[in-house]
Amino acid sequence: MGFLDIKNATKSYGAVKVLYETDISVEEGEFLVLVGPSGCGKSTLLNMIAGLEDVTSGDIAIKGRSMIGVKPAERNIAMVFQSYALYPNMTVRGNISFGMEMHGIAKPERERKIDEVAELLQIQPLLDRKPGQLSGGQRQRVAMGRALTRDPDVFLFDEPLSNLDAKLRVDMRTEIKKLHQKLGTTIVYVTHDQIEALTLSTRIAVMYGGYVQQLGTPKEVYDNPANMFVAGFMGSPSMNLFPARVTNHDGTIAAEVRLSDGTQARLPFVSGTMAAHEGREIVLGIRPEAITDRDGADRNSSAIHIVEAPVELTEPAGSDTFVATNMGGKDITARFRADVQVKAGDRFPFAINMEKAVAFDPKTEARIA
Amino acid sequence: MATAPTSEVITPATGTPAPPGRSALRTHLPRVVLYIILALFCIYYLLPLYVMVVNSLKPLSEITSGGMMSLPSDWTIEPWGSAWSTAQVGVEATGLRPYFLNSLMMVVPAVAITTILGALNGYVLTKWSFRGSTLIFGLLLFGCFIPFQMVLIPMARMLGLMGLAGSVSGLIFVHLVYGIGFSTLYFRNYYAAFPTELVRAAQIDGAGFFTIFRRILLPSSGPIAVVCIIWLFTNIWNDFLFGASFSDFDSQPMTVALNNLVQSSTGVKEYNVHFAGAIMAALPTLLVYIVAGRYFVRGLMAGSVKG
Ligand SMILES: Nc1ncnc2c1ncn2[C@@H]1O[C@H](COP(=O)(O)OP(=O)(O)OP(=O)(O)O)[C@@H](O)[C@H]1O
Ligand SMILES: [Mg+2]
Repeated sequence: MGFLDIKNATKSYGAVKVLYETDISVEEGEFLVLVGPSGCGKSTLLNMIAGLEDVTSGDIAIKGRSMIGVKPAERNIAMVFQSYALYPNMTVRGNISFGMEMHGIAKPERERKIDEVAELLQIQPLLDRKPGQLSGGQRQRVAMGRALTRDPDVFLFDEPLSNLDAKLRVDMRTEIKKLHQKLGTTIVYVTHDQIEALTLSTRIAVMYGGYVQQLGTPKEVYDNPANMFVAGFMGSPSMNLFPARVTNHDGTIAAEVRLSDGTQARLPFVSGTMAAHEGREIVLGIRPEAITDRDGADRNSSAIHIVEAPVELTEPAGSDTFVATNMGGKDITARFRADVQVKAGDRFPFAINMEKAVAFDPKTEARIA
Repeated sequence: MATAPTSEVITPATGTPAPPGRSALRTHLPRVVLYIILALFCIYYLLPLYVMVVNSLKPLSEITSGGMMSLPSDWTIEPWGSAWSTAQVGVEATGLRPYFLNSLMMVVPAVAITTILGALNGYVLTKWSFRGSTLIFGLLLFGCFIPFQMVLIPMARMLGLMGLAGSVSGLIFVHLVYGIGFSTLYFRNYYAAFPTELVRAAQIDGAGFFTIFRRILLPSSGPIAVVCIIWLFTNIWNDFLFGASFSDFDSQPMTVALNNLVQSSTGVKEYNVHFAGAIMAALPTLLVYIVAGRYFVRGLMAGSVKG
């Protein structure tokens, strides 16, 4: 039994089921990120934990106590909203102290707490302003400050950074991570940004269509995606997914891939389990950083295979150059070192790290190996 | 919104000063014509007020001798005093004062209660909507469009049963029932644009139903409250039908009393007193418009833009 337990929880609006049976157990001090595309049910699940939405069936428990029928205010949670939800008619001070006031905390104690939080988030000079007079980043801080006064069991964040510009978003991300390390509070964090998910979390739940597609550490989710959706959703640029056929050539099980010039390339599998799928069509998944120029290949890998393929496009991106080619009729992105001399139209040797390759069933989209 | 004319005319298309001479006249001309037309409209609308004011300030003899449009040659406020406290209204010579007070005692609670209930309804309908809430809202809206005449007899019976017949409280009740559909409509539409996340944040902060209403929603409701108050005040103050139907002699509102004053058949018709009384009856609504009018426009705009 975990600190926060989501047991078989579902949510329906009338006949529409927006969240299917979900089981997640969160340990104390964990940073769980719910990630997925728009409309997949992330906010719904978060609101169910907060008590803002009823649970249709199943249970949600915090510290072993069922939260069914418990009011949001009595769950000992704090929440930061996407729009920050600062009370427009109150000053920053009023915003931060409102919750404590509602919980009957005496004025001197409230003042002490406000000062403490203001110092932690460096918002002392803003305390007497109205939310309308703050910048986006400052509002974000105040919203966090309001949540911090509660000493909650669980912090809930609903896309807290999505209204900030790119630079500020990265800064605040770091701050949230630091805050988590400092306070050690359990956090459930919703985002549709997979980078935020990977950098912040101790565990990720990837959601899609009302289902949790995969629950695991960032590394697990990134390296061992459970299905094609997770593979394509996590990582940027996203994983290359292209059709291939499993062949057996003199005892070597390999994926045979058609290149754009009509030639066939053979990529031997590392895992022995693929022998069972001989002759089948599969979808091969290889991340851009596992397709490199020869010198950029991972030296620790024992399964680098060179494939000569025509270069279709190059995109210098500063630290790397992204190179596009075509395999199995799909556009493939490879990640080259920045100073590799390569141009569109060349035939160029691509170094493919087959240790990092994964295979999916094209029909069920589930992982084969 | 038109900007005030400046010494240098900027043509909107190019942003360069218009060349002098004939073309300057051409750019000015439409505006000049516009202002002349507007001025004529102003005069047209203000003329009745002018007539009322000047005639309420002159002795009766000046009116009966045919000087309706001229300024008083002998200024007097005596008609005002008479209309207020001594004129014959119906059977008694009390002036309009007691009825003015009746109207105040009717309009203030009616507006206050209707506005507060409308705000509460709007709050519930948007932020705590429940199964059937749309239906209830629909019915309330429907109530806005029931013609007054249709409810006169059932309402008279209801007031009788409730023991409110012929009293100011009865009138308050009638106006409340009629006004609540409108006030609910106003507040519902206003609160629909109010971020639900704020309500949720307050819930998590531990605020209850009424605390959220009082501390979070009400402080942001100024513009729509003003719109609602002006609308209700004007309607209730100016109402004649309900006042005439449901009041006794001692609970008549100003509008009915004014009618009685003008209709009093004893002696000569004191037109100057009638004018003074009519202005008195119109003053409170005028005052409400002047004090709150800017918010009225602002509130209507805010509602329409935010949907
Ligand atoms: N009150 C409601 N009635 C019916 N359906 C709803 C209601 N609220 C949400 N939904 C549906 O539930 C699904 C999940 O919504 P949710 O808000 O959890 O999405 P999300 O994952 O948070 O998306 P986003 O990233 O856009 O915020 C959506 O398909 C939405 O249309
Ligand atoms: Mg959401």
